[in-house]
Amino acid sequence: MLKILKYSFYDLSRSRWSYVYFFFYLLLGVVLLFLNNDLSNAVITLMNVIIILVPLISTIFGVMYFYNSREFTELLLALPVSRNSIFLGQYFGLAISLSTSLILGLGLPFIAYGVLQSGAIWDFASLLISGVFLSLIFTALALNIALSNENKIKGFGLAILLWLFMAIVYDGLFLVALVYFQDYPLDKFSLITIMLNPIDLSRILILLKLDISALLGYTGAVFKDFFGTALGTIISFSVLICWVILPVWRIKYISEKKDF
Amino acid sequence: MVTITNLHKQFGNLKVLNGLNLQITEAGIIAILGPNGSGKTTLIKSILGMVLPQQGEIKVIDSKVHKRYGYRQKIDYLPQIANFPSNLKVKELIEMVKDLRGQSTRDKELIQLFKLEPYLDKKLGKLSGGSRQKVNLVLCFMFDSPLIILDEPTSGLDPVSLIRLRELIQQEKVKGKTILITSHIMSFVEEISDRIIFLLEGKIYFKGTVNDLKTVTGEPNFEHAIANILTSNHA
Ligand SMILES: Nc1ncnc2c1ncn2[C@@H]1O[C@H](COP(=O)(O)OP(=O)(O)O)[C@@H](O)[C@H]1O
Ligand SMILES: [Mg+2]
Repeated sequence: MLKILKYSFYDLSRSRWSYVYFFFYLLLGVVLLFLNNDLSNAVITLMNVIIILVPLISTIFGVMYFYNSREFTELLLALPVSRNSIFLGQYFGLAISLSTSLILGLGLPFIAYGVLQSGAIWDFASLLISGVFLSLIFTALALNIALSNENKIKGFGLAILLWLFMAIVYDGLFLVALVYFQDYPLDKFSLITIMLNPIDLSRILILLKLDISALLGYTGAVFKDFFGTALGTIISFSVLICWVILPVWRIKYISEKKDF
Repeated sequence: MVTITNLHKQFGNLKVLNGLNLQITEAGIIAILGPNGSGKTTLIKSILGMVLPQQGEIKVIDSKVHKRYGYRQKIDYLPQIANFPSNLKVKELIEMVKDLRGQSTRDKELIQLFKLEPYLDKKLGKLSGGSRQKVNLVLCFMFDSPLIILDEPTSGLDPVSLIRLRELIQQEKVKGKTILITSHIMSFVEEISDRIIFLLEGKIYFKGTVNDLKTVTGEPNFEHAIANILTSNHA
């Protein structure tokens, strides 16, 4: 698997898009830090960008990459290499490549700014950790879509729908539900709803790290009571890890049943 | 070398292989023939584990095929369509496949044989169909495996390369290998193959030598003999 990972990563590291993605974060980091000069403000703005953009790029770039590497896949399938190595190797190659762009792109300006010496280091770290989780999750979902749909157009459509749903529609439905059922106690419902969407979960984890849950009012207090505790943190990360493991497991499952 | 029992494969409602049995014990060149869409490629891909049959068992040199992959070390395969990652250079592709299979190889000799030196630094996406087929041939023949499977090796080749290919196949045969070939060029098949297997309606319709086929059909001409099977079957 490592050999396949190496070749996928190498292939991507020569792709123009990896550099566009990297320079975008680099530019964003530099602009926010050196023009704004406020570290926690920069972290909040970055959070809003990362939470929306990382899933978008991971899904779209993911399906594009997996459709384009069809030839590579077919070549490998005839070689003495297991299907697991082929697909997991490609998956990790892409996920690691996207994560590297993110970490380096944001990391360099932040280190230059001196984040390592400041108290904001953990805020920044939580940002990157969430970003890496979102990359792992949405790349895996993208590979699921690409493997289950021979038709590229349909695959792209589904990828965009998936992102729209997770990043935007889900929150909308959530809000509507909150307003509609406002007479009922909704703490548990809110907690569970947020837990079930990795984008929302990442957002809450970062916000709580930033200690601005006061902004969220009463609900914020409920969240802090839950997510702020060790148990809450462990559960949150377990949910994120499940969000990686389940789609990766399904990649294994479908790829073993597919004709090429 | 290859044992196939009761192989069934359908894509959706389309039954392609329908209880196919085949035993290839001998070395030599065996041509797999059949009309377009008769399942030649499907049969080959089943042997390679790329297509997964609904039913039946395939064994390649004592190893089952289902859910295994190590046995492919003993197979050199030439795919019907020479699709390669288009942003790789020819040289890089060859190195990559060598790295992934890890055997001693004779790529240099083959590159020379097919006059591919000028293309080594070109990207695969920029090559013509014929040149890509030559790269395909190099990738296939640079290893030394006991079973060679060639799916339409002649497609897109110029006459000189065709002669080279024929020599190459003969050399491998002399080494005692088993070589499975599909091709549409009947003169090529007639000249090169020791035996032919004729696929029809998802089964092996005929297995024997070219002469056997001529005798059975009463046609002295190979192409007519093939046509005879098709017309008499569908009459
Ligand atoms: N992956 C697939 N999905 C659906 N149908 C397929 C697939 N592969 C092959 N077929 C169909 O199976 C039939 C046999 O194809 P193939 O084995 O390529 O025939 P041949 O190589 O003898 O020309 C064709 O009708 C083809 O369209
Ligand atoms: Mg074919």
